[in-house]
This record gives sequence, structure tokens and C-alpha cells, in this order.
Amino acid sequence: MNSPRQQAAAPVIEVENLVTCYGEQRILDDVSLTVNEGEIMVIMGGSGSGKSTLLRYLVGLHSVNQGVIRILGKDISKLRSGEWLQLRKKIGVSFQGGALFNSMNVGDNVCMPLREHTSLDERTMRIISRMKLEVVNLSGFEHLMPAQLSGGMVKRAALARAIVMDPTIVFFDEPSAGLDPVVASELDELILQIRDALNVTVVVVTHELESAFKIADRMAILDRGRVLMVGSVDEVRQSNDQRVRNLLNRKSAQEPVNADDYLRRLTGGVM
Amino acid sequence: MSHCLNGLAVATELYHNTVRRSIETLGRRFAAGIEDIGHCAALLAESAFWILLGRWFKQRVRSSAVIQEMMNIGVNAVPVLTILALANGAMMAMQGIYTLREFGGESQVISGIALSVTREFGVLIAGIVVAARSGSAIAARIGTMQMAQEIDALRVMGISPVRYLVAPILVAMLIMMPLLTVLSNTMAILGGGAFSVMELHISLGTYIERVLTVLAPSDLMQGLGKSLVFGVLIALLASSNGFSANGGAEGLGRATTRSVVLCIGAIVVADMIFTFFLVVR
Repeated sequence: MNSPRQQAAAPVIEVENLVTCYGEQRILDDVSLTVNEGEIMVIMGGSGSGKSTLLRYLVGLHSVNQGVIRILGKDISKLRSGEWLQLRKKIGVSFQGGALFNSMNVGDNVCMPLREHTSLDERTMRIISRMKLEVVNLSGFEHLMPAQLSGGMVKRAALARAIVMDPTIVFFDEPSAGLDPVVASELDELILQIRDALNVTVVVVTHELESAFKIADRMAILDRGRVLMVGSVDEVRQSNDQRVRNLLNRKSAQEPVNADDYLRRLTGGVM
Repeated sequence: MSHCLNGLAVATELYHNTVRRSIETLGRRFAAGIEDIGHCAALLAESAFWILLGRWFKQRVRSSAVIQEMMNIGVNAVPVLTILALANGAMMAMQGIYTLREFGGESQVISGIALSVTREFGVLIAGIVVAARSGSAIAARIGTMQMAQEIDALRVMGISPVRYLVAPILVAMLIMMPLLTVLSNTMAILGGGAFSVMELHISLGTYIERVLTVLAPSDLMQGLGKSLVFGVLIALLASSNGFSANGGAEGLGRATTRSVVLCIGAIVVADMIFTFFLVVR
């Protein structure tokens, strides 16, 4: 059941038949996904499902060899460096560990994209960065170094940096990871507020069920590199797929053991 | 009997597998070495691009970052370089005077110090000091950033990590290495002078006058030319090791050690090649 927001919106991210490999192992296997304008898409899966790898491809940290990724209608594998740069200005990314620059204080971290991509004067940049820090409830903390911040504050500072250029799409990698439930819940609220206030499209990668159900407009469930299903929160909750049910019920799937593979693992490939 | 044959077959297979894996490991290391050289060449080309054309693309290499690197690489290295160069110059004078005394030619030590310091040892001491200090610091800093996803953060912001991190280091090296070499030459010659004045019973003025008489501009240029190459080698090897750091704290330590060893090894080998072509040929 799609919300009116999704039905009216155009796709801003389109992934078609994406295949990625690490050596001979397939990490993402024929992944297809569409994210519409203004929605919060949660990509969910367990450890090793390929969700973080998918995020790294979506933000252009790896180049696409097989399949197509279109961001804002542009095939990212065919972009020239100048076009990529323009596209990157419309993307904000909040990494799992924050990835704040440890040698700079919070204010300088948030100002960094402005300093590199605009010709604004220092005072204007400071005002913009304070505005963004205000949005994430971190005003007054701009002089602190990242090492002086708590886990939740690091995530919020990273979010302020991600939105400082007023992006069209914001990506979050595991926003709740490593946070206590109360702080994680506050961060979820913040994501919803930012989507509504800034009218951005949000893509969240997480393994936290509670957080995913709270913020998602739609969810994509990944398992061992494959998309099991894409749908609204209700559709995911009502899914009869056993692997989706396992994920929702936090139940591990029992895999049959291949005797040859088992022997090869034990002997380290010698036998 | 069949048990023995089976055992022999298993042992033979194990032996073949071990040999095959050893050859594979050797091949992989060789390929990794070639890849490292390619990575350094790519870093050099991209850094040169941003230094020369960055302003044109409105992505210039920031002068504040260059000045910061010049402080780290050059100014902060002055005390230790001064001490090492002074001590090295004095040691050369001691060895030279006592060795040449056997032939009654101890006064020739001044020519020996002047030429070997300006052509060889001044730049080598500066190179080793910078490789040891900055080779480790650069690799550790970039490696930490790599592991904390700060490099990824730069890339998704549309900021080239090479422009932001490597290009300022390269420019700072190209400026500071010749200056440090001049300092190293001066201190080593003064260190040698201090001992020579006492042993040869000459004045410092006479010593300096004889040094200046012996030296030709080409001797100084030889050392300064090498210093530029050493600077480029240290910048590229240290940055490359930082970018390839992985595996947590242990991996970072490994990358830092590897960086210092490779930097010192590279400058010594490069120095030998230079000396061969500039002196022997």
C-alpha cells in the first residue's frame, strides 16, 4: 500500500540489475530498486547481506561494472568528473561512525563542503553551519572537537554536515548503530523532521527493525546480496516469505552443510 | 600396501599444493609491488594535475594546507636535523683527519668534507630525517583517516582526497627539502669545521674560505636536485601507504613501519643511482 507521497513522486534513484563481486564471491546479485522523491527508503538486512556495499555503490564510492545506477536521472557510470561533482553537491552522506574530520572542530567540519564548493565569505559560512547545527540540536557545540562528542552527538554533527549544502538526497549508514534506545529514537525523529522540513529524499541502511519500521515509507529487504522484497512497512510486516519472516523474528536460517566445502574450509584449501 | 600408497599420494598432493601456494604467494607479492608503483605514479600524476590546473577547475590546492605541511615537514624538523648534521660533520672530520694523517694529508680533509657533504651526506641526512619523521606521520594520518571513513567522506563531498591531502604534502616537500638540505649542508660543514679548527690549528675563517674555494655551484646543485627527488619519493610512498592501510591498529602500525622503511630505502637507492650517473659517468 503506497502512500500518496510515493505515488505522485518521480524516482530519484534507480538501480537496475546491479551485480558486484569480491573475487569470485557475489556481494550484490541482480539488485534492482527504485527510490522516489521525498520518501524515506530503508534498506534493511542482516550482517553480510550487502546493504552497506549497496550504499557505497549508490554514493559513488565504487564504480559500477555490471548493472545500472541512475541518480536524479543520470547514469552514474557514464558521468564525467565535472558532472559527478555537480551531482555530489546534491547528495549528503552520514556515515556509520560519523566520519567527522578529527583534526577539525564541529563547526569547521560542517563548514567544510561550503568552503570547498562555494565562494561564500567566512561569516556567511559560519551562519549557515550554525543554522544546520541548530536543526540537529547541536547549536553551541561548534567549537568542540569530534573526540569530545558523545556517540549521538557525532551522528547529529555528521547529519548537519550532510545537509549543509541543502542536498536533494541524504544517505544514512546505520544511524542507530552503537546508540542507546533513547538516543536512537531521537535520531529517528530527527530524520523524519529533516525529511519534512527540507523536503529531501532519504535512504537509510540499517539492521535495526524498530528504527526501520518507525521511519520508513518503504523498505527493501536484502539477504545474501539479493533483494527479497521491496514494499511499504505494512507489506513487509505481512510478508509470508520465510527469509523475511526470519529477519523480522530475528531467527537465523539453518543452512545445509556441503561436506566438500566443509572439508576445504577445515584444511584451508590444502585438500 | 594400499594404505602406504594412499599415504604417499596424499603426501605428494600436499607437497604439490604447498609448492603451488608458495609460487602463488610470490606472484601475488610481485603483482602487489607493481601495483604499488602504479599507485604512486597515479598519485603523482593526479597531484600534479591539481597543483597545476586546480585553480582552473575552481578546486585549488589550499595555500593554508601547504603552509601547515611546510611547518610539519620542514620547520619542526629543524632541531633534530641540526643536531644530526652537526654530529655527522664532526664525525666526518674525525674519521678524515685520523685516516689522512697516516698519509700526512690531514689538511685535505676540508675538501673531503665540503664535497661529500654538499654532494652526498647533507641531502641524505635531510632525506632520512624527513623520511623518518614525516614518512611515518603522513602514513599514520592518512591511514587513520582511511579507517575512520574520513577519506570516503571527502570523496562523497566531491573533494578529491589527492588534492586535499597529497598535493599540499608534495608542494611542501618540494619547497622544504631543498631548504632543509641547505641547512643540513651548512650544519655538517660547521660541525666538521668545529673539529678541524681544534685539530688542524686553523681559524674558522680559514676553514670556511677553503670550503668555499673547493666548492663549485654544480656540487651544491647536485645535492639540491637530489633533495627534490627525495621529497617526491617520501610524499608519494608515505601517502600511498596511508591510503592502503587496513586492518585496524595493527594494520596502521604495519603501514607506518612500511612507509618509513620504503621511504628510507627508496632515497638511499635513488641516491646511489644519482651518484652513479652524476659522478661515475
